[in-house]
Amino acid sequence: MHIKYESFVREPLVDGNKDYHQVSEDIIKPIEEKPGRMWYVGFFFALALLGFGVFSVGWAVYWGLGTWGVNRTIGWGWDITNFVWWVGIGHAGTLISAILLLFRQGWRTGVNRAAEAMTIFAVMCAGQFPIWHMGRVWDAMFVLPLPNTRGVLWPNFDSPLLWDVFAISTYFTVSLLFWYSGLVPDFALIRDRATTKFRKMMYGFASFGWTGTAKNWQRQEALALVLAGLSTPLVLSVHTIVSFDFATSVIPGWHTTIFPPYFVAGAVFSGFAMVNTLLVITRKILKLEDYITIGHLEAMNKVIVLTGSIVGIAYLTELFIAWYSQSWGEMEAFKWRILGPYWWSYWAMMTCNVVSPQLFWVKKLRRNIPFTFIMSIVVNIGMWFERFVIIVTSTYRDWIPGSWAYYSPTWPEVGFYLGTFGLFFTCYFLFSKYFPVIAVSEIKFVLKTSGDNYKRAQAKFEEQSEEEFIAAATHHHDEEHHAEVAHH
Amino acid sequence: MAIKKFAVAAYDDEEVLFPAVGKVRHSGYKLHDIYTPFPVHGLDVAMGLKETDLHIAGFIYGLCGTSTAVGFISWIYTSDWPINYGGKPHFALPAWIPITFELTVLFAAVGMVLTFCYLNQIMPGVKKHVFHPRQSDDLFVIALELNDHTSEEEAIAFLKSTGAKETSVQMAEESWWYGRWDKEEEYEKLNTSIAR
Repeated sequence: MHIKYESFVREPLVDGNKDYHQVSEDIIKPIEEKPGRMWYVGFFFALALLGFGVFSVGWAVYWGLGTWGVNRTIGWGWDITNFVWWVGIGHAGTLISAILLLFRQGWRTGVNRAAEAMTIFAVMCAGQFPIWHMGRVWDAMFVLPLPNTRGVLWPNFDSPLLWDVFAISTYFTVSLLFWYSGLVPDFALIRDRATTKFRKMMYGFASFGWTGTAKNWQRQEALALVLAGLSTPLVLSVHTIVSFDFATSVIPGWHTTIFPPYFVAGAVFSGFAMVNTLLVITRKILKLEDYITIGHLEAMNKVIVLTGSIVGIAYLTELFIAWYSQSWGEMEAFKWRILGPYWWSYWAMMTCNVVSPQLFWVKKLRRNIPFTFIMSIVVNIGMWFERFVIIVTSTYRDWIPGSWAYYSPTWPEVGFYLGTFGLFFTCYFLFSKYFPVIAVSEIKFVLKTSGDNYKRAQAKFEEQSEEEFIAAATHHHDEEHHAEVAHH
Repeated sequence: MAIKKFAVAAYDDEEVLFPAVGKVRHSGYKLHDIYTPFPVHGLDVAMGLKETDLHIAGFIYGLCGTSTAVGFISWIYTSDWPINYGGKPHFALPAWIPITFELTVLFAAVGMVLTFCYLNQIMPGVKKHVFHPRQSDDLFVIALELNDHTSEEEAIAFLKSTGAKETSVQMAEESWWYGRWDKEEEYEKLNTSIAR
């Protein structure tokens, strides 16, 4: 029998006096009860935003992309800014569910389900932008390598834009499979608890007939581990490929080799901020403070200060390399970025992304919930400006001064962006009502090692010396072994 | 469809479950399966189950993805419709690495999940007998398969001696079938008469 003992240096992952049944009760209860009034208000507000987004997109499709503010000089405006921003947000979910699984970080169990859901919804939002940016959206299937009657014309497999199609669609599919393979056992729990026939039927269908035999679990863990191993390079590749959209061009300000790691760090940075935004609210509304503890939020704030610093170093490196290259185009591009007509976007980015996250070095602030919430919004604003700075302030002054231009969005572009918020939050509200927002089986798995009450019971081990501990553990093992032998 | 008789024991602690599994394996009773609400590490070893080969399947699917991507793109660009893109060679392998990687991951993930569902015999619309409604909540359930020659009373007494919290004898379909979870099956009504 193995010893379920974890050092007291680690905070408990589950607070309060919980046993297995209490875990099921706490997490499944919101699904079985009617949602509160705030849920309806939020859900219908999100639905209204989504409706406005559909109208804005419909407007742009009907009248053409001339209704957007993009022009000949600045071909990518809010749409691609928002695309990169949403994809970036998605990255934190995969980092939590996959990379932290490989690193055996126990605290991921409390947040991985919601974070992975956020990934899926964020990628759904991101995918909208390149599709509707095509203008003639009815030709969207041209990006797929399908047999066709256009002289068997294939897409350009050497183009980063096509790599994006493959990267984003693979990312969405794999994230969805990873998420759902973890949801199946929890759906089975809701099914077995169900008191109404309708709920039993729906969750019975969704649970695929899972019963949780030892072999099922063995395969489930093998699957989760391999999918985590696949998702880890996948998530890094996705934002790398997104950065290739810029880095493989010859535009000053885009043509830099630092882009892939810089984009990935920025993606994780903004994604963790969004996870904090969502979970600070979710834990409060669904009364899950015992499972998503301040320790969880602090761990994520630590990731934010780390990735924020990486992003800051990347910004400074860009400036240094622009000067070091002594290429006048590169140097001018960065001078205009900082001091040109779009100076406010550069300084908004610098303040929100580089300066403000440094406050998280202070432990008190890391563990302060209102401060965490405000910072999560600030970081997301900053990361939006980063994408805006890269896209707009690299293109608005190109090689021919005669074509220099300015860009501001029109209402269909703003409406489109708001619409993706509507889509995101509509999905998230439905998720928080109908899905277990915390992985129940994973919490039960760590409960006896990291639950508060179980940890307190282990206090006796803390007082023992190392030798005593080992002696007691091996003696206990021997005793058991003898008992087994005697039994036969 | 094969309806059989099972002796079922529910345990409320994995510390009790592990010794019980050892006793069951040495008792001569036929162990049908063990149902747990979460993965209990070491249970597969205690039951004598083999390690799963699912990851090997994943590796093979991944190789299929790699060869599909490289084969398809190189066929298109060198034989089906060669196009000169910016002076790049027709066989531009470095430029195909991103798509090759994505398809490797995609094939491996989709293939593994489908294999996972096939091996576990799970699918939307599939129904399986649930021996205890709390086997997905907080109980660990051992099901022993009984036949005409095994005594129900002895099996139950044996399970109780291993520390079981609840025991019962149930008639159950041993495999899966298509069905609705909200509908009670005929044999489930039969169980009410033999429950103890």
